[in-house]
Amino acid sequence: MSNSAAVKISAKDVKVFYGENEALHGISMDVYENEVISFIGPSGCGKSTFLRCMNRMNDTIEHCRVTGSITLDGRDIHDPSLDVVQLRAQVGMVFQKPNPFPKSIYENIAYGPKLHGLAERKADLDDIVESSLRRAGLWNEVKDRLDQPGTGLSGGQQQRLCIARSIAVSPEVILMDEPCSALDPIATSIIEELIDELKQNFTIVIVTHNMQQAARVSDRTAFFHLGNLIEIGNTNDLFTNPQQKRTEDYITGRYG
Amino acid sequence: MLNNKIGGHYSQAYDDELRQAVERLLAMATLAQQQLSDAMTAFINADRALAKQVKQGDRTVNNFEVDIDEHCLDILARRQPAATDLRLVLSVLKSVNDIERIGDLAKRIAKALLKDESGNRPTEAQLAQLNTMGAKVQQMLARAITAFEQMDADTALAVLREDKAIDDDYAQIMQHSLSSMMDDASQIGVSLQISQVAKALERVGDHARNICQHTIFLCKGRNVAHLTDDELQQVVEKRRD
Repeated sequence: MSNSAAVKISAKDVKVFYGENEALHGISMDVYENEVISFIGPSGCGKSTFLRCMNRMNDTIEHCRVTGSITLDGRDIHDPSLDVVQLRAQVGMVFQKPNPFPKSIYENIAYGPKLHGLAERKADLDDIVESSLRRAGLWNEVKDRLDQPGTGLSGGQQQRLCIARSIAVSPEVILMDEPCSALDPIATSIIEELIDELKQNFTIVIVTHNMQQAARVSDRTAFFHLGNLIEIGNTNDLFTNPQQKRTEDYITGRYG
Repeated sequence: MLNNKIGGHYSQAYDDELRQAVERLLAMATLAQQQLSDAMTAFINADRALAKQVKQGDRTVNNFEVDIDEHCLDILARRQPAATDLRLVLSVLKSVNDIERIGDLAKRIAKALLKDESGNRPTEAQLAQLNTMGAKVQQMLARAITAFEQMDADTALAVLREDKAIDDDYAQIMQHSLSSMMDDASQIGVSLQISQVAKALERVGDHARNICQHTIFLCKGRNVAHLTDDELQQVVEKRRD
């Protein structure tokens, strides 16, 4: 990813407190447009916490406080005049465990666009459902059973349904929190292939415990440790020649 | 002494596997060095029995190559090494190639003696010149192996630069051989023998240089093949933050 790429999200000195406990100690980084960036680090390092800052998901956690600034396309996402529901449509999220709504496949996709008033007529909605499912690589598998429950799909299909659901509201950024940890290797490969295609149109931030996955899918990788950003760089460089000893120890499986 | 950068994994077995890769490479290098030393002794002393022994010994060097390749393949498949570990496995794989070639070159020197049926021998002065070049090459090779073993980029850089002196020796020996061929056609057989040995020694120097480059890659994470000596120095002097 070249330095000339447009900055999509810019974080400056972001700190997160759970009550009195400071979980993130001032993170600053830029996420570029149309890149795949992965966050790696041991459990409790703050990578998911930082991910959730990017669409203000931490607002939903009681006693959680975020300081510092985060901008999306230059606009402060904590601006009181900003509609947080709109923000979460722009910055979508896919979770660790596939969580389709207990509704039909069609309704799972159509729900968001209806909520955001993206479709006036049934035909428009049909188009959005089809194109979202196509982009998520799921259309051919489900086109004949759109009225069946989304929960009846396999784990990998459910996760692609959730990706399709987030795509349906035309986001610009998709946050993925361990999207493959509940999936088998084949379903994982399909999602990784999908990530590669999606980056044509979206910016993707992915948190993963699977370092090989970070190495496979991302353009850049950021390593977090104990609430600090230790190192961020091109994925190739970070996995062959990290500059920080703590990064080296983590990715090679050494105790520091 | 093996560099302690290899150890420290949560998995003790992984430490052992990486250490094994390096230890086997070092054992192979010791054998190839012995082969080279025996080949030179055989050539200088016209010791045909020793030359035959070198020829046969090459098989053991080749077996090492296969064994180490497979061991490294196992590590890549099972451990998916990263960072220093990945660079270590790659450097071992590359160095194995160079050491195997050094074994072949020792065999070639032995064969230069075995193939000659004329019984004509180089002069004492010619043998002395080859012997000097051979000693330089062997010393360079030994130091290159030590730099690898100790993962010492500074030493690797210094050793790598010794290759120039070996290339100079080679040029000089070739020039002498050519003039002696031109002066006296009966010397052609002996001169060709001398140039074969000198050529093999010069190639060993190149492989020792390659091993130094692998060491620098291992330590610094930069592929330094085809860099000039000055560029190499910059890479070696760049310290980690």
